[in-house]
Amino acid sequence: MLACVWLLTIGGCAMPQPWVKPHERERLADPILQWQGDLLSSKNSQHVRDIREGARGANGVQGGGCGCK
Amino acid sequence: MAASRVLSGLQRAVHSLAALIGGVFAAHGAKAAPLPPDRAEAMYHRYSGGGVTSDGPALLVRKSLADKVSLTGQFYVDAVSNASVDVVTTASPYKERRNEFGIGLDYAVRDANIALGVSSSKEPDYKADAFSVDVAQETFGGMTTVSLGFTRGADKVGQRSLGYFDQAKHWQYRVGVTQILTPRWLASANLEAIADSGYLGNPYRAARVFGAAVPENVPRTRSSRALNLRVIGDLGSRDALRGSYRYFWDNWDVKAHTFEAGYSRYVGESFLLDGFVRHYRQDKASFYSDDAQVQQTFVTRNRQLGTYDGNTLGGKVSYSWRKVPGQYEIKFNGALEMLRYRYSDYTDLRNGSPYSLSASVLQLYVTANY
Repeated sequence: MLACVWLLTIGGCAMPQPWVKPHERERLADPILQWQGDLLSSKNSQHVRDIREGARGANGVQGGGCGCK
Repeated sequence: MAASRVLSGLQRAVHSLAALIGGVFAAHGAKAAPLPPDRAEAMYHRYSGGGVTSDGPALLVRKSLADKVSLTGQFYVDAVSNASVDVVTTASPYKERRNEFGIGLDYAVRDANIALGVSSSKEPDYKADAFSVDVAQETFGGMTTVSLGFTRGADKVGQRSLGYFDQAKHWQYRVGVTQILTPRWLASANLEAIADSGYLGNPYRAARVFGAAVPENVPRTRSSRALNLRVIGDLGSRDALRGSYRYFWDNWDVKAHTFEAGYSRYVGESFLLDGFVRHYRQDKASFYSDDAQVQQTFVTRNRQLGTYDGNTLGGKVSYSWRKVPGQYEIKFNGALEMLRYRYSDYTDLRNGSPYSLSASVLQLYVTANY
C-alpha cells in the first residue's frame, strides 16, 4: 500500500481532466436526452405510480397531495 | 517599523479580499448555470382502470425575470370516481375532486441552480402542503452535476363523517450525481431517503383477521430509501435510448425493483416518437395480510403494500406545429400508457381469485417554449 501511495505521489499522477469539451456537448442538450420529459406529463405519470406502488422516491419528480384512496 | 509592516500586511490583505470579491462578481456576471427555458403547458389527463376513473386539466407557466430568476406556477386537478375492488367490497363508491397548486422559483448563481418550491393539495378529506429546496452545482469543467434536495410535507388527514382527525409529516432528503460519459452518453445516480410520521393509513380501509373485517392499523412511522441508476445516450440517427433501475427498501420490509427502458426518435422535421417498457416487482410489508390468522398489533390489507408485479407499455407522439428558431415553438402531444398489475396475495372477495388490474393513462397536452 505504501508503494502505491509512493507511486501516486512521486509518479506524477495527475487529476483527470474533463475529457468532453464544451463544444462537444451539443448533442447532450437535445430534448430527447433529458432525464425528465415534459413537466406535467412526468408529474401525472409519477402520481399514477406513487398511489399504486409501495416504492417511491429518487425519480427527480416532485409530487404533491394524496388522491390515493 | 513593526507598525508599518502590519499596515502593509493589512493593505495586502484588503487588496487580496477586494480582488477575490471582484473575481466572484466578475465570474457571477460572466457565467451562470442556465435557467430552465420559459415554457407553458396545458394538459388533459385521464386514468381509467380497476373501477377508478380520474381525470382533469393541468396547467403550468414558467417565465424568467432578468435572466437570474425563473418563476413557475402550476395547477393540477384530479376528479376521481372510485369504485375500486376494496371500495365496492367494504364501502360505497364515491366521487371527489382534488386541486393542487404549486409555485416555484429557480435562481442561477455562478455554476449553481437553486430551486425553491411550495405546493398545496386539497380534497374533501385530505390536505397536503409541502416546501422544497433543491441545489444543483456543476463541477469538473461542467461534466459533473451534483444535486442536493430537501422536501418537508405536512398533511391533515380526515374522514367524511369526522372531518380532520389526525396529521402526517414527511421529510425527504435526496442527493444525485449526473455525469457526462462521452459526447453522446450521460449517466446518473440518485439516492433519496424519506421519513414519515403520523397517520399513514386509510380510515376507510378494512383489514381481514380470521375472515372478519377490522379497521386497518399501520405503524405511525416509516423510513425508506431508494437508489435510482440511469443511463441515456444518443444513437446517432436522431434517436436516443435510455435505461434505468431503481431499488427501494424500507423499515416496513417492503422491497421493490423497477426496470425501465425507452427509445425516442425524430421522424421528419415535425414529429417525435417515444416508446418505453417498465417492469415493477415488490415484496410485501411485514404486517400485510390478505386474511391474518394470528392476532397482531399492526395489520393491513392495503394491496399497495402486498406482493405483486406490474408491467407498463407506453408511447408518445409529439408534433411541432409552429416553430420560429430562437423565438418560440408550439407542440401538440399525445401519450398513452397501458398498465397491468398482478397481485399474488390479494384475493378479490367477489370471486375468490387473486386480483389483477388493467388500466390506461391518457395524456393530451400542448407545450410552448418562448
